[in-house]
Amino acid sequence: MAFLNNMLSKIATNDGHGENSPYFDGWKAYDSDPFHSTDNPQGVIQMGLAENLLSFDLVQEWILKNPKASICTSEGVNEFKDTAIFQDYHGLPEFRNAIAKFMAKVRGNTVTFDPDRVVMSGGATGAHETMMFCLADPGDAFLVPTPYYPGFDRDLRWRTGVKLLPVVCESSNDFKITREALEAAYQKALESNIKVKGLLITNPSNPLGTILDRDTLQSLVDFINEKNIHLVCDEIYAATVFTKPMYVSIAEIIEEDKKCNRDLIHLVYSLSKDMGFPGFRIGIIYSYNDSVVSTARKMSSFGLVSTQTQQLIASMLSDEKFIDKYVAESRKRLAARHGVFTRGLMQVRVGNLQANAGLFFWMDLRRLLKEPTVEAEMDLWRVIINEVKLNVSPGSSFHCSEPGWFRVCYANMDNETMRIALRRIKKFVLQVDEREVAAKKQTWHKDLKLSLSFRRWDDTIMQTPRMVTPHMMSPHMIVSPHSPLASPLVRARN
Amino acid sequence: MQQMLSRKASFNFHGEDSPYFLGWKEYEKNSYHEVHNPSGIIQMGLAENQLSIDLLESWLAKNASVTHFKEDRGGSSLPLSSSLFRELALFQDYHGLPAFKKELAELMEEIRGSKVRFDPNKLVLTAGATAANETLMFCLAEPGEAFLIPTPYYPGFDRDVKWRTEVELVSIHCSSLNHFRLTKHALEEAYQRAQKQKLKVKGVLITNPSNPLGTTMSKDELNHLLDFVISKKIHIVSDEIYSGTVFDSPSFISITQALLNHKKVHAGNDISKRIHIVYSLSKDLGLPGFRVGMIYSENEAIISAATKMSSFGLVSSQTQFLLSNILSEKNFRKLYMKENQKRLKKRHEMMVSGLENAGISCLKSNAGLFCWVDMRHLLRSNTFEAEMELWEKIIFEVKLNISPGSSCHCTEPGWFRICFANMSTETLNVALQRIKTFAVGICEDRINYQQALCSSKKSSFNKWLLHPLSLWRNHQDHESKYR
Repeated sequence: MAFLNNMLSKIATNDGHGENSPYFDGWKAYDSDPFHSTDNPQGVIQMGLAENLLSFDLVQEWILKNPKASICTSEGVNEFKDTAIFQDYHGLPEFRNAIAKFMAKVRGNTVTFDPDRVVMSGGATGAHETMMFCLADPGDAFLVPTPYYPGFDRDLRWRTGVKLLPVVCESSNDFKITREALEAAYQKALESNIKVKGLLITNPSNPLGTILDRDTLQSLVDFINEKNIHLVCDEIYAATVFTKPMYVSIAEIIEEDKKCNRDLIHLVYSLSKDMGFPGFRIGIIYSYNDSVVSTARKMSSFGLVSTQTQQLIASMLSDEKFIDKYVAESRKRLAARHGVFTRGLMQVRVGNLQANAGLFFWMDLRRLLKEPTVEAEMDLWRVIINEVKLNVSPGSSFHCSEPGWFRVCYANMDNETMRIALRRIKKFVLQVDEREVAAKKQTWHKDLKLSLSFRRWDDTIMQTPRMVTPHMMSPHMIVSPHSPLASPLVRARN
Repeated sequence: MQQMLSRKASFNFHGEDSPYFLGWKEYEKNSYHEVHNPSGIIQMGLAENQLSIDLLESWLAKNASVTHFKEDRGGSSLPLSSSLFRELALFQDYHGLPAFKKELAELMEEIRGSKVRFDPNKLVLTAGATAANETLMFCLAEPGEAFLIPTPYYPGFDRDVKWRTEVELVSIHCSSLNHFRLTKHALEEAYQRAQKQKLKVKGVLITNPSNPLGTTMSKDELNHLLDFVISKKIHIVSDEIYSGTVFDSPSFISITQALLNHKKVHAGNDISKRIHIVYSLSKDLGLPGFRVGMIYSENEAIISAATKMSSFGLVSSQTQFLLSNILSEKNFRKLYMKENQKRLKKRHEMMVSGLENAGISCLKSNAGLFCWVDMRHLLRSNTFEAEMELWEKIIFEVKLNISPGSSCHCTEPGWFRICFANMSTETLNVALQRIKTFAVGICEDRINYQQALCSSKKSSFNKWLLHPLSLWRNHQDHESKYR
């Protein structure tokens, strides 16, 4: 086999596909023991897959009412031939028109999109790779704020040879992207003689579930214009914004910013999250740069959307009444699901980053770590997978700079499974807390016997955590650990 | 702005400025329509198979309840958790729908007369053969390394195989003198040429049946090729996209079949791990819009890497489901393939005899959706400039989009690929009539010119007489050889 490995390229034999990351290990654990409400109620619940299953019933109803949209029905079969032979990489005009209109609608019609700039790709996965092939040469780099979607390591780097350099974002300011962090990352690249070709952002963010405010977006646009580098905005979660603040797309910013060099601005989009159609492979590149549109379109030959799917989507997205209803209802259901989880977790003093979008939340389990290290995070994660039987994604797989954060997906299960998942998390956290309290009490009694000079119980509680069980108590604790609202993260944040 | 983009984006490595694509652009500006635009350009540069799509349409019409997203169980709609649509919409596993891969493996076996077995687990689905070929290059070669490829070849390879992978293609020169067959000498010569250019050769890329020739490779050719790759320890990528279009003898011999017979001579080497097949439903089934391609290999490392890479271009689950239903009926598959080949043969015959009437011959072929047509006698001179001149005349005056041999990297000027399966019989007749008028017109012009010369200068008359008339005589000879 060693001989044969020499027969293959480096790309084929290296780890660039990224599948040895823990992000995928959890999936493997799930695959070998998947939860099923009747057949395998003790199995692993999948909370590592950012899928949107909450509103399929609406789509299913539409499909049944619109048989003509499918070329496999007696009503639609006369479209079969034209659809089957159409291989023009511009795509069906009605498809491009429908996508452009849908993208505008999801952004509250504050901007319009030109169908001639809509370029197809093999999902957002294909779109990101194509963008790198268009904008960067092997060895060049793109800056990416952390934490970021693990798939980027493969999509942007594997076959393109492009590097990804982190722009470190921290919990102390809710993981906002600061100018300082951008400059630091850029300078570091310069010092290492690495050419930075652009900045990639995901807005709404995966894994944070937050959106970028107008000021931040403007500062990013200013930054890339100053450095004369590209800005690729992955807006794949645009329609999952379920509550205020209102979503602002990069498209809106550049409409208002007349100084911005539009040739530097590119969007990646997909219907995998907003509509819940990952299987149909509908990826979109939208660029304000004519050369990029032209080149990306030629490259789209490597991952065109099946015309059968283009036909169906064109029909569905053009039904404005249906789409309005779907987007509104989807948002409502996402908000409800998000609410149930965050409230449930608050009851056991587990916080999450306040978010208003996405199909997941960014859960703070730092206080459960034995120590603030990646190893401790991985230990905790293995316990969650193997004992609690939940596949959640550890923050380290998202390149988070601080251990203890986990991404938990909640939109890919029915209500019953959700309740079970929540019960399991709560039970686990309570057990950990009880063990910790028991351990502390034991030590307290021991200390009390040893030293009679401790008079105030409160003082004892304040001091002993660091001395006795420093690994269990978060340094953020400033009130009695018995109070359910102890964590500052659980208190209302605005 | 050019320097703001990558090198790949800034230069025209995509190959779309080749005449192969320019002709398409002219066609798009002025497309033939028998009613609305009867003097428009007829598209004969697109290797599409539209001859048997009615068979698929009628199957669909009969089986709509199976293929539509509702499962018809007594007419009631199903609850969310068991809806077929939902399952398909969510299915993004890059291993593909198992049922679909099983049908594809069986189809591939049937096309090869069940002489070889295909394991569905060794099949990787890709977004068309375009993606399959690119993916194999990413897996087999580093940037700057090379694959050998017999000429003439499909112009799209310049983009698919080279553009983003930065792999080089080195031509194996095939000649009309021996019907463009692949020879030991040509393989060796190409290899040496690559060495001289300091290019490391990683394999040979063949298309069998050939595009643009329309011929299947003989047992001898395949054996030469196997000998060659075994001795050089390199790969074979065999693009068998036209394997289902073989309408006449000799029958198709797949590379794996050839290997089975060859193994007896060279036992104990791992050549089977270095053979990779590309296939697609775009030509045999005439479904290019659905983007269904695949890689087949016995090399687990290739399958593993290619499967992961297929994430960049998976086949829509909706399409996988539809096609797995259509292909699930073995009888329908067999009926389709047989009828399709019958119709292709008839169309091929119509094309060949129509060209004959125009005094034009073709390379004798038994597969594909096109003919490799010899128009050398219509060239002003034996040069590629003359070929381009002729091609421009054919596009703009004769109003036919055909593909010049130079765009297929043919080493001899005067050959053209003309497609015949992407139009109605009536349109083909119109096209053949136009060709006849044109070809006959050229010859008459030449004869008139000679007669005019003859009456003024007696000595130069002899020279001129020899040239076009001997070409005409040669043409008569060619006709009998290449039919």
